[in-house]
Amino acid sequence: MLRFVPIITIAFMIGPVSAGLIGTLLPAFGILPALGGTGPGLDPWVTLFEQPGLWHSVRLSLVNGLIASFVSVAIVVLFCAAWQGTRIFRVMQRILSPILSVPHAAAAFGLAFLIAPSGWIARLVAQFSGWDRPPDLAIIHDPLGLAMIAGLVAKEIPFLFLMTLAALPQADTERTARITATLGYGRIAGWFKATLPRIYPQIRLPVLAVLAYSTSVVDVAIILGPTTPAPLAVRILGWLSDPDLALRFMASSAAILQLIIVLMAMVIWMTGEKIIGVIGRHWAENGQRFKRDQGARHGSAVLAILATGAIILGLVILLIWSVAGFWGFPEILPRSFSLRLWQREYDAIGSSLGTTLLIAVPTVIIAVALVLGCLENEVRQAHKPGRGVMWLIYLPLLVPQISFMFGLQVFFTLIGLERTLISVVLAHLVFVLPYVFLSLSDPFRALDPRYGQTALCLGASPSGVFWKVRLPLLTRAILTAMAVGLAVTVGQYLPTLLIGAGRFATVTTEAVALASGGDRRMIGIYGLLQMVLPFAGFACALLIPAILFRHRRGMSAHNRG
Amino acid sequence: MRLRMRAFVSALALATGIATASLSMSAYADPAPDVGNWQSVLDQARGQTVYWHAWGGEPRINDYIAWAGNQVLERYGVKVIQVKLTDTADAVTKVLSEKTAGVNDGGAVDMIWINGENFAAMKRNDLLFGPWVEDTPNFDYVDVEGKPTVVNDFTVPTDGLEAPWGMAQVSFYYDTAKLDSVPKSAQTLLEWLVKHPGRFTYPQPPNYMGSTFLKQILTELVKDPKVLQQPADEVDAQAVLAPLWGYLEDLQPLLWRNGQAYPQNGAAMRTLLGDNEVDIAFSFSSGEVSSAIEAMELPDTVRSYVFDSGTLGNTNFVAIPYNASAKAGAVVLADFLMSPEAQLRKQDPQYWGADTVLAMDKLPKDMQDAFANLDLGIASLSPAERGTVLPEPHPSWMELVETEWQKHYGVVQ
Repeated sequence: MLRFVPIITIAFMIGPVSAGLIGTLLPAFGILPALGGTGPGLDPWVTLFEQPGLWHSVRLSLVNGLIASFVSVAIVVLFCAAWQGTRIFRVMQRILSPILSVPHAAAAFGLAFLIAPSGWIARLVAQFSGWDRPPDLAIIHDPLGLAMIAGLVAKEIPFLFLMTLAALPQADTERTARITATLGYGRIAGWFKATLPRIYPQIRLPVLAVLAYSTSVVDVAIILGPTTPAPLAVRILGWLSDPDLALRFMASSAAILQLIIVLMAMVIWMTGEKIIGVIGRHWAENGQRFKRDQGARHGSAVLAILATGAIILGLVILLIWSVAGFWGFPEILPRSFSLRLWQREYDAIGSSLGTTLLIAVPTVIIAVALVLGCLENEVRQAHKPGRGVMWLIYLPLLVPQISFMFGLQVFFTLIGLERTLISVVLAHLVFVLPYVFLSLSDPFRALDPRYGQTALCLGASPSGVFWKVRLPLLTRAILTAMAVGLAVTVGQYLPTLLIGAGRFATVTTEAVALASGGDRRMIGIYGLLQMVLPFAGFACALLIPAILFRHRRGMSAHNRG
Repeated sequence: MRLRMRAFVSALALATGIATASLSMSAYADPAPDVGNWQSVLDQARGQTVYWHAWGGEPRINDYIAWAGNQVLERYGVKVIQVKLTDTADAVTKVLSEKTAGVNDGGAVDMIWINGENFAAMKRNDLLFGPWVEDTPNFDYVDVEGKPTVVNDFTVPTDGLEAPWGMAQVSFYYDTAKLDSVPKSAQTLLEWLVKHPGRFTYPQPPNYMGSTFLKQILTELVKDPKVLQQPADEVDAQAVLAPLWGYLEDLQPLLWRNGQAYPQNGAAMRTLLGDNEVDIAFSFSSGEVSSAIEAMELPDTVRSYVFDSGTLGNTNFVAIPYNASAKAGAVVLADFLMSPEAQLRKQDPQYWGADTVLAMDKLPKDMQDAFANLDLGIASLSPAERGTVLPEPHPSWMELVETEWQKHYGVVQ
């Protein structure tokens, strides 16, 4: 049976994505019988290409996605190179994990209120400059999309940083650093020349996932991005929700175009990788030591701290907003405070947290069970999945949600599964499985096989080894994977709304609905609520092993994953 | 281990089985209620659950909907669950995707809060159940004579496919602590902006509020507003729109951010006023402004006003999709929403502050008094202060204006 688990797992991810893509592809070429589209044709594409500013939107998506990804990767590797093994590195490690549980939209709202011309920083300046009204500057929604890039970078740094952390132990970095230092290389140069080439292949897929996300992002783009015109994904959403139903055809073509943009971004990125690889090889071999890298080291720390600081400060401000009375420009703090809205939302909060868990618990359990099955199968069959399989696992993260979610909705309706808990869980699994796989596979594979071999020699059955040796040893890694999975299901908006047909009012669907009312207090409340469950999950992942294994000092070492 | 795996897989199979079972459950057909026979509607409705898809961005409105739901549950045994949308069109999309998949019965959407373009689109594509509205008991109180928009949604005849729920009229608002006088026409708005550049904007079309602003200006500038009541393709549309583009030519560079960025919707525009980024904003209900003051989103010195020559007004409705699962329940709910009691609470700014669709002279005396005694809120306009209500242009004008605006100003060079 175990042999089939990998196939089932892949099917859970690929099935919905391909079904959804077909559901998008057909209307993109004019086939949507409910709206009278029966014959294939290119009309939707003709209409799409006639849209004013289409290429402008395409360029924004492509270029900004590439820039945001490049800057995030650059900051993360520079910071790792400069500070690995130091105290500031460990501090950062501790701060960044909880930041991962901040939803993109909440982070973007926080950032918006920090940097907007009427935002908190401007209010601080106003105390000295005497402004009584905000300057009329396009700091957010700027035509170039710089604010959007900043928001994406700040939010992607924690993810990439944690992915890099997971890869570090496999590259024997500490001894490498010692050798490069002995040979007289500066910290950064030593790391870039000897460690990065071994780390990068490990974080490559997560980096591509970040690239795919940044080129097709909707929520951050709405909150911070340009509007004249907006990036393509935002416009697609607009066309899909236009009362003129005929626009559905064009929107589907645009969703396919969005997929092409993501693929293009990846091709550009991978070409860039090749070029940097060739140049990097010459550079690595030229023997230059770059001993004086103090400036770059401090620069990288400043950037990393700025990014995390902005998110944390943004969240603090959201928290203040959630209890604020009237809070006008240029006041640094609200005139009054009140718990009115928290009280008013009290019941709704309870039920939406309940619904969120109703979806999250089965999703996370199924995901962890399937991933453990896959990994256990790997151990027993004694072979690692090839690169092709890894791509399959990442597929749901590489295909833009907007390109297949609407098609998937039609598919679920067709097979009569729509608006059942099962279909929502299935839709969530598509996104949860890759993340759970990512966070569990490394610790599982890194587990010393000699424990299992010893147990087998002592007469334990293979399943006995799994249940009594591997699982307990992996407690913390499993709990962390569950926390990651929980964070992912909690954040799902489109899948929950579309597949659940509004039957499942989760913290996130409520948050997004209320955010459309524009009251920052409500945005603050639900933004914070969105963080509660993931945060609790990560706290459990830390606390439970600490309590379970309080008498076993060795377990803390084995369970670092 | 192997056994456990087997158990797991059989659990999965079981789960799938449950799913298939629920398929047969959700696909049951709800027979169309016979609205002429009200008792039969009530009988059929009892025990049904109505999934009402309604914009969910305003906690007050959500609370009102929850109250109405409790009332019909107590009185008629109909359970109401609000599906909170960010955009009404999401519900339209939902019904459409069901029609695509051939789900002509047992659909997910039982009722939609709707009007204008969304209604026109659903009507055009045969996505609505009905006619049913004119047979409901409380429709007798509706002010069909005095408020013609209750049966003409953006000039499109409702044909009994949607029940009027509330009246809306464009009103502008500003902070009296910051401004002494305000422009009360398209022309004076432009002159005012020359003196105060950057202190006004409108939500980016095709957002509903943004398009409404453009229609307001168009209605004011067009030589003969009657032409807007006809579909745009029946007249020389470019000539009709010419004054609007001429006006925007001057207005655009004076807007907030020089017209390079826009607020996403009416709520975002209200936030801009609260942040003192702009001086004048507008909404579809002056009651909403009072609510925002109470919610401490705006300072309590904000007041509403209308343009001298009048502002656009319309009606919003509730409609039932053709494939709804609980049509009788939805009809009963819609009828309750039109009842004097529900309409009175709706007009009370303590709860919501939206105008009634009912005719005062058709109501019993005690209800007339109750309406007359309502305290409408500090930034709300009384019926006398509202001036002329201008009719909404035909929906085709909105579509045309949105497309043309996108061409002219949607892409900043």
